[in-house]
Amino acid sequence: MAKITIGKLYEDGEQIVREGETGDCMYVIQEGSVEVVRREGAKEVQLAVLNAGDFFGEMAIFDREKRSATVRALGEARLLTIDKKTFLRRIAEDASLAFRITQKMSARIRELNAEVGRLRSAESD
Amino acid sequence: MARASSKRSIAAELSTPSVMRDSGLCLEDGSRVAVMGGGPAGSFFAYFLLDMARMVDLELQVDIYEPRDYTKIGPAGCNNCGGIVSESLVQHLATEGITLPDNVVQRGIDSYVMHTMDGATVHIDTPLGEKRIASVHRGAGPRDAEGSCWSSFDGFLQSLAIEKGANVVRKRISDVALQPVGVRVSTRDEDVQIYDLLAVAVGVNTGILKTLDKLDLQYEPPQTSKTYISELHLGRDRVVKYLGSSMHVFLLNLPRLEFSALIPKGDYVTLCLLGEDIDGTMVDAFLDAPQVKKCLPPDWKRPEGYCHCSPKINVRGAARPFADRMVFIGDCGVTRLYKDGIGAAYRTAKAAARTAIHEGIAADDFQHGYWPTCRSLDRDNRVGEFVFTMNRFLQKLKPARLGVTRMVRTEQEGNSSRPRMSMVMWDLFTGSAPYKDILFRTLRPAFLVNLFWNFAAAALGKRD
Repeated sequence: MAKITIGKLYEDGEQIVREGETGDCMYVIQEGSVEVVRREGAKEVQLAVLNAGDFFGEMAIFDREKRSATVRALGEARLLTIDKKTFLRRIAEDASLAFRITQKMSARIRELNAEVGRLRSAESD
Repeated sequence: MARASSKRSIAAELSTPSVMRDSGLCLEDGSRVAVMGGGPAGSFFAYFLLDMARMVDLELQVDIYEPRDYTKIGPAGCNNCGGIVSESLVQHLATEGITLPDNVVQRGIDSYVMHTMDGATVHIDTPLGEKRIASVHRGAGPRDAEGSCWSSFDGFLQSLAIEKGANVVRKRISDVALQPVGVRVSTRDEDVQIYDLLAVAVGVNTGILKTLDKLDLQYEPPQTSKTYISELHLGRDRVVKYLGSSMHVFLLNLPRLEFSALIPKGDYVTLCLLGEDIDGTMVDAFLDAPQVKKCLPPDWKRPEGYCHCSPKINVRGAARPFADRMVFIGDCGVTRLYKDGIGAAYRTAKAAARTAIHEGIAADDFQHGYWPTCRSLDRDNRVGEFVFTMNRFLQKLKPARLGVTRMVRTEQEGNSSRPRMSMVMWDLFTGSAPYKDILFRTLRPAFLVNLFWNFAAAALGKRD
């Protein structure tokens, strides 16, 4: 990543959002990867790895709850921050902007359903 | 071909349960759509039209008529514009899944430097310390940019439309006629095609709008003003050294000058002057101002034959930018006053595409689905006129000017918990927020108390 054009560069391992903090923005990955981790007791569990074009942090915009997971850069990553106010103002004018977010969230629910299915299946064995 | 019939496609039936008017004009499987002009408005329209059509299982043929070749340097591939993708548009595009490539973004802008007529310089950083404004070349670059490593912004958007399935016709439309079965479009080589819908996405610097007069539409073209744009070659290192990643805005006491800025790009700096009747004398006066000279290398001289243009810009939106089977988007419709023209092209193009897919293509459909977006922009521009007038008025009064500068500087030095004036200035210069929003923020009691305190402090010569 020789030149930074748009967004902000995060170093390998740098924390972008922290579990439990309040947030008023979401992020779109422009370049590189990030990992989503969550603390379960003393252990840290990796929930997902996201790549260029993916976004995260949208739940804090919609449900006004605290961040549900920590997100860190995996290698150098370039991210663009999306302001809650800018995003919601635009959605008020053009609801179809939320369509892509809904598609991604729907894909995540499918993945979660598959994961829950696998876990329950393993438990019953 | 779509027909003026009461029978609508299943996709259209499913997609428009609550807002359908009985115009009978709608896009159906196999409908043909022409887009006149392949700048941002035309490409965004084709992109979103095809994207939304796919969602409702509608097969459309979309032809973009654009004679310009965006791989060519100089005027042949340029759409005459300052080349700023605003902070809000960068965010909207990212949310849409459109990432601006590195070879299109010449420089990410993370701050503004305001130069006042008193010689003061105030640095205003982006609220998050992040580069969220993109400086681009609309074409492949100025006429002396041979061998440039950057690509055209308009060319990038056109490639997105092509990926969605649009076809680019490298011809100029010479004539348009309305017929009972559709819109007849002719090109200079006498090729004639019939389309169900024509999206007019041309700028205000073309004579083609005149040829539409004979159609007897209620459309009235926008009112315009002349601007001045030039590309000054400095070389990459000197651009970084003298301008950095900041857009430099000048508040000078030059009559008729509304806004002036130097925008850093890759190897070039774009000089952008907005106002009434910008002429050569004003350009010379601007470049001779000491505030401007200190932003350019001391040994720099304007080269012979440098790329410059005096395009017109839309300062008052078009009346009734739609008709049966026709819609006017981008600059030939309604845009934002002085700022964020590409953002307005995105908003109007998407609103028109949404209406065409989900509501219909009759004038009544556009009145219902498209016009509210135009009206919202137009009303905000009226507020913008007032905001710019107030700003100009304040700039003429020395105590007020010094007070505003002092307030911004105090905030930027971290001596204020809420950078109210900085945010007002940021949004005014970047076009990141509606003018109405900016005005309301300046009317809040906390803002006014702070402002008048700074007026008084500046008048008394108080430092902080």
